[in-house]
Amino acid sequence: MENINVAIASIIAAALCMAVGSIGPALGQGRSVHSALSSIAQQPDERNSITRTLFVGLAMIESIAIYCFVISMILVFANPFWNFVVKKMGG
Amino acid sequence: MEIMNISQISPDQVIFWQWKFITLNATIVYTWLVMLLLVIGSWLVTRKLSPTIHCTRWQNFLEVVVSSIRSEINEISKGEAEHYLPFVGTLFLFIALANLLAVVPGYVPPTSSLTTTAALAICVFIAVPIFGITKQGVKEYVKEYFRPTFIFFPFHVMGELSRTLALTVRLFGNIMSHEKVIAILLSVTPFFFPIVMQALGLLIGLIQAYIFSILAMVYIASATQTHEEGHEKAEK
Repeated sequence: MENINVAIASIIAAALCMAVGSIGPALGQGRSVHSALSSIAQQPDERNSITRTLFVGLAMIESIAIYCFVISMILVFANPFWNFVVKKMGG
Repeated sequence: MEIMNISQISPDQVIFWQWKFITLNATIVYTWLVMLLLVIGSWLVTRKLSPTIHCTRWQNFLEVVVSSIRSEINEISKGEAEHYLPFVGTLFLFIALANLLAVVPGYVPPTSSLTTTAALAICVFIAVPIFGITKQGVKEYVKEYFRPTFIFFPFHVMGELSRTLALTVRLFGNIMSHEKVIAILLSVTPFFFPIVMQALGLLIGLIQAYIFSILAMVYIASATQTHEEGHEKAEK
């Protein structure tokens, strides 16, 4: 039954990782889009460089959420502990 | 036609052909396909170019693509686009085509494998010092690592490594997650929603290609502009 416990633990860990890990990037992206939009409204001439910097910044912020996502994907689809447990059980 | 099942996380696991230690997996086959399309397509289009306004529509299309990439690079590198256009433009075209072909049935984007994106990010990792040294010389380039004092040297090195990792995982995570979302949606709501997600995937693929090449260009620009130059520009 140890096998099942590992599965339960990794699925819960994946869900928690996604849920907690996406709060911070979401707040950060909201703030950066907010300030980019208000600066475009103030200075429409600088639109191109503001948009480009916004995209680069968003990509930087987003990579944090992507790390969480990759970790949870590894936990669900390619769990390194899974094989270990199966081998230990003699399966 | 789906060649990957839902529990396979990367196209490396789909093996088409194997002989002793040589294996042809889906990643490498589709990378070759994208390369072939790019090479043959651009050879066919540039075979007979016309300098007048009476040109073929494919020539017109490629002119639009190349000139928009050039103007983007120009804005970041302060007008030295010709130097960086081959490298950054190739990155953009390869990633964009590899992502956009995802609407073709039976095709898996090679960028949804960690190996392809790691290779692309290592290209950027190597290209940044090469461009920096050819622009500033070895001494000035190495000096950048010791600004403002020598204590900051390990942080600069760690920054270089971690941004390469970030480039790799960002592209891989976005494309792979999109593949997985479509696979999951196909098993839950088979008909309508996967099509909508595919259309969204075209947008995601183009934005990721744009971000990858813009970030590569920003890194190159930060390595080629000297410290003093940056100060002068900031004061203007």
